[in-house]
Amino acid sequence: MRPLLLRGGRVIDPSRGYDQTADVLIDDGKIAAVGAGVGAPDGAEVRDVAGRIVAPGLVDVHVHLREPGNEDEETVATGARAAAAGGFTAVCAMPNTDPVTDNQAAVGFIVRQSVRAGFARVYPIGAVSVGQRGERLAEMGEMVGAGAVAVSDDGRPVASGHLMRTVLEYARTFDIPVADHCEEPTLAAGGAMHEGLVATRLGLKGIPAAAEEIMVARDIVLAELTGGHVHLCHLSTRGAVDLLRRAKERGLRVTAEVTPHHLALTDHACEDYDTHAKMNPPLREAADVAALRAALKDGAIDCIASDHAPHAYDEKEAAFDDAPFGIVGLETAFAVAYSELVPGGVLSLPELLRRMSTEPARIFGLPGGTLAPGAPGDVCVLDVSDVWIVDPTRFHSKSRNTPFAGRTVTGRAALTVVAGKVVHDAGAGAGR
Amino acid sequence: MTALGKDLIGLEALAPEQIRLLLDTAEPFKEVSERPIKKVPALRGKTIVNLFFEASTRTRISFEFAEKRLSADTVNVAATGSSVSKGETLVDTAKNLEAMRIDMVVIRHGASGAAQFLARRIASNVINAGDGKHEHPTQALLDLLTIRDKLGRIEGIKVCLVGDILHSRVARSNLWGLTKLGAQVAVCGPRTLLPRGIEELGVTVFRRIEDAIAWADVLNVLRLQLERMEAGFIPSLREYYRVFGVTAERLERAPQELLVMHPGPMNRGVEIDSRVADGAHSVILDQVTNGVAVRMAVLYLLAGGKPELADAAKRGAPD
Repeated sequence: MRPLLLRGGRVIDPSRGYDQTADVLIDDGKIAAVGAGVGAPDGAEVRDVAGRIVAPGLVDVHVHLREPGNEDEETVATGARAAAAGGFTAVCAMPNTDPVTDNQAAVGFIVRQSVRAGFARVYPIGAVSVGQRGERLAEMGEMVGAGAVAVSDDGRPVASGHLMRTVLEYARTFDIPVADHCEEPTLAAGGAMHEGLVATRLGLKGIPAAAEEIMVARDIVLAELTGGHVHLCHLSTRGAVDLLRRAKERGLRVTAEVTPHHLALTDHACEDYDTHAKMNPPLREAADVAALRAALKDGAIDCIASDHAPHAYDEKEAAFDDAPFGIVGLETAFAVAYSELVPGGVLSLPELLRRMSTEPARIFGLPGGTLAPGAPGDVCVLDVSDVWIVDPTRFHSKSRNTPFAGRTVTGRAALTVVAGKVVHDAGAGAGR
Repeated sequence: MTALGKDLIGLEALAPEQIRLLLDTAEPFKEVSERPIKKVPALRGKTIVNLFFEASTRTRISFEFAEKRLSADTVNVAATGSSVSKGETLVDTAKNLEAMRIDMVVIRHGASGAAQFLARRIASNVINAGDGKHEHPTQALLDLLTIRDKLGRIEGIKVCLVGDILHSRVARSNLWGLTKLGAQVAVCGPRTLLPRGIEELGVTVFRRIEDAIAWADVLNVLRLQLERMEAGFIPSLREYYRVFGVTAERLERAPQELLVMHPGPMNRGVEIDSRVADGAHSVILDQVTNGVAVRMAVLYLLAGGKPELADAAKRGAPD
């Protein structure tokens, strides 16, 4: 493969506190050099990226790619393509596929599909329990051997305290995080949106903040008991943020993510029964959004993850109660996060990139998230002057379910490079 | 576009003057039902589908009478579906109705938002006859009309909704209608059956039914469904009656003018004592009578009838 020189961009590498105009040379699939006036080796492809941001490729530790089982909604290939379009060079795929990704063969299948596709890297997350039934541990060691980077029963929260304790203890052998969808099932049962005044007005059953906070509290206690690594998925409430802060102050192995939509929207988005605002955990209140933003700023929340959850268009074309939870996010995550957080001063651009690349890579033990020489040649080139209107018909994802359709946002991936290979080039008309 | 817009989905979206218009328009239609020949030609040639995804006797019949007394052609569709197939059914139903070029749809559905879902997708007028736990606007309108008939006004009247507010579309529609017309609204029921944040809507909460009775000019007693006990919201219907039941003993000290309303169907001996339901305070059958007039007014106005011609409409078709 030809070496690739990205010339003259603003290079931001949060892993090293690096932020200056420089060149980045990628050779043999790795970062070869970063600095001013890096020369182009013979035969190198040179891209002028002046005025653009050059950063470690974005990393998303929480996506649903629907393969196997629901290939009409997404496949590993289309999901990885959508990821690349969003500036992501690595994503972690949740195991709630059909059949469930709960064994080494299933994990290996996803790895093979992603290699074949050749877009963003896809790291499988194995199921905690066989069939995500919350009963018997899945064969974690074999799944890790096949490429799994974490375990989770996302979408089917682990109701049993005993099972959660066991998986946290067992996962220590492999030093992987347990990605934890915190939801007390009896409190959340039948709920369609956040329990609050909007739900009351709409006549929809609410999911109380307590449903999340009780499980956050339980699993923090279990993290302390076991020494295991609990990664709290998609935090949505201010109470959960308080619990997380206390856990971190005590030095427990607890990390957390937040989605762009929980940083951008409140339960008011559900008015008019907009099923594109139906997700789990639900959109909460303004005070929750403020707490989540503050926690992202001070590092209590480690990273942003999209919880990309594709659904067929007609599934969302239903009464609110009957529509499935979830929205796609890979192709809007950076733009929504940037637009919501950076111009308003919640985060600086380097801070945002830290929360979308360096930190997610670090807490999941993934390669990438850095432009240090010798690191994987996974880079994104971002244009933060690109103001655009979200048009789901232009998504690379197979699904269109987004509450951000029609919204004007700022910031877009111009170029995405995985292992030195350009996998997305917005300027090349590669998009549909 | 009529004075109401295309559809009647709920009272939350209506302005006070639109609600008053509906009540005022209902007045001349009351008389139609008192005639030997209970028919006026106002909606002649209009086709109306009564689309009931949930069982209903009273509301469906009331709508049907209203439609027939306005000379509309009506079709009743009783559709039941599993909760999974509901959404698909609704989309397909909407498309099929649209293809048949009907004029109006009256819809009752178990999912909140179903009426609006349909209204967004078809050009016909859509009237919500109850959607999930969201709204039941014509029920609230007939409640308002009954209060106005009996007490002469709505502004300043103290109305307490009693019972299962959490799951009640009647409660929500009443709450909007009453507050928009200047009534004072309270609720009384077990805390498990009151929605979170109800106080933020400007509603007083009574813990004890005795306090509610002492305060109110009107008690609107809601049906307590057996499922609520089965789902664990209350320990038993027996205890509910003892703690929250509107009984003759509890009404003894109430002033004569206190009205007791109930949207039906009643569970005698659960939320309401038979002696109360059949007694002097009760206006429950007046509500039923007013239901037909209110629904005639809704149909007439949505069909483009001119409010000032409602009187004339009794004699001939509006121009």
